[in-house]
Amino acid sequence: MRARVLIRPKAGILDPQGIAVERALPALGFSGVSNVHVGRLVELDVEDAAQLDDMCRRLLANPLIEDYELVAGEPVAHGA
Amino acid sequence: MRFGVIRFPGSCDDVDAQLAASRVGEAVLLWHADRGLQDVDAVIVPGGFSYGDYLRVGAIARFAPVMEDVIAFAREGGPVLGICNGFQVLCEAGLLPGALLPNDHLRFRCRQVEVEVLNADTVFTRACEEGERLSIPCKHTTGRYWAPDHQLDALESGGQLVLRYAPGENPNGSARDIAGVCNEAGNVMGLMPHPEHAVDELCGASADGLKLFASAAVAHA
Repeated sequence: MRARVLIRPKAGILDPQGIAVERALPALGFSGVSNVHVGRLVELDVEDAAQLDDMCRRLLANPLIEDYELVAGEPVAHGA
Repeated sequence: MRFGVIRFPGSCDDVDAQLAASRVGEAVLLWHADRGLQDVDAVIVPGGFSYGDYLRVGAIARFAPVMEDVIAFAREGGPVLGICNGFQVLCEAGLLPGALLPNDHLRFRCRQVEVEVLNADTVFTRACEEGERLSIPCKHTTGRYWAPDHQLDALESGGQLVLRYAPGENPNGSARDIAGVCNEAGNVMGLMPHPEHAVDELCGASADGLKLFASAAVAHA
């Protein structure tokens, strides 16, 4: 199956990238933008989706500083 | 006293760390993909960009084959010093508390910093005095030390905050001006500044960094 993992800085931890983007948008004329956070997207094909959570906790995210969200996608044809 | 300096793909301060350690003992390089620590008495995880800093600083290096031996060595009380990227690797490996985040200003910062020794009773600070100031260079983009407040309180009361940036010297927005921490037992230490770049006044602003290496040798003797 195709899976997506969204990883973002934990709420409450200073996110300087989010702040930089938030400050850059008004300079381009976009207004009313707030609460910007920049994270990572990991896309992967997995045979056993049950392992995803363990993968996230052990490698893909650092649970101390990051939250992660699993987005299960379409089944993937293996061994074509 | 025999030091082992880990070399990952992407390490860049391994040779300086080896040269610094050579001032107080013998020092060998340990390749990341090899197993065994060649009977060293202390391990240094040096600065650089191990595995290209891919995914997250230190995240992949932490699973290098040699790290299994480093973790076992540390758990048995062996002295382990992580410098800059090495500090990040030790945090990822769970040998040190907390994590290193991007500098609050998002810029690479390369300059001499003054740090205060808060705990002179660890393996790597024994040759220092409590309250002593050391002048050591820092050079990093991801050096903002962070841990939850309750953990910072525990570290502070437990003497695990070893080095603090002197007032006005914090180069990265680290919580409570923390520059270096140790584990509960005091045998594993990590710091963002680079003591290995401050071992000779001929080519640096000070030789204060040598004290960390000398401390390990004193502790060993």
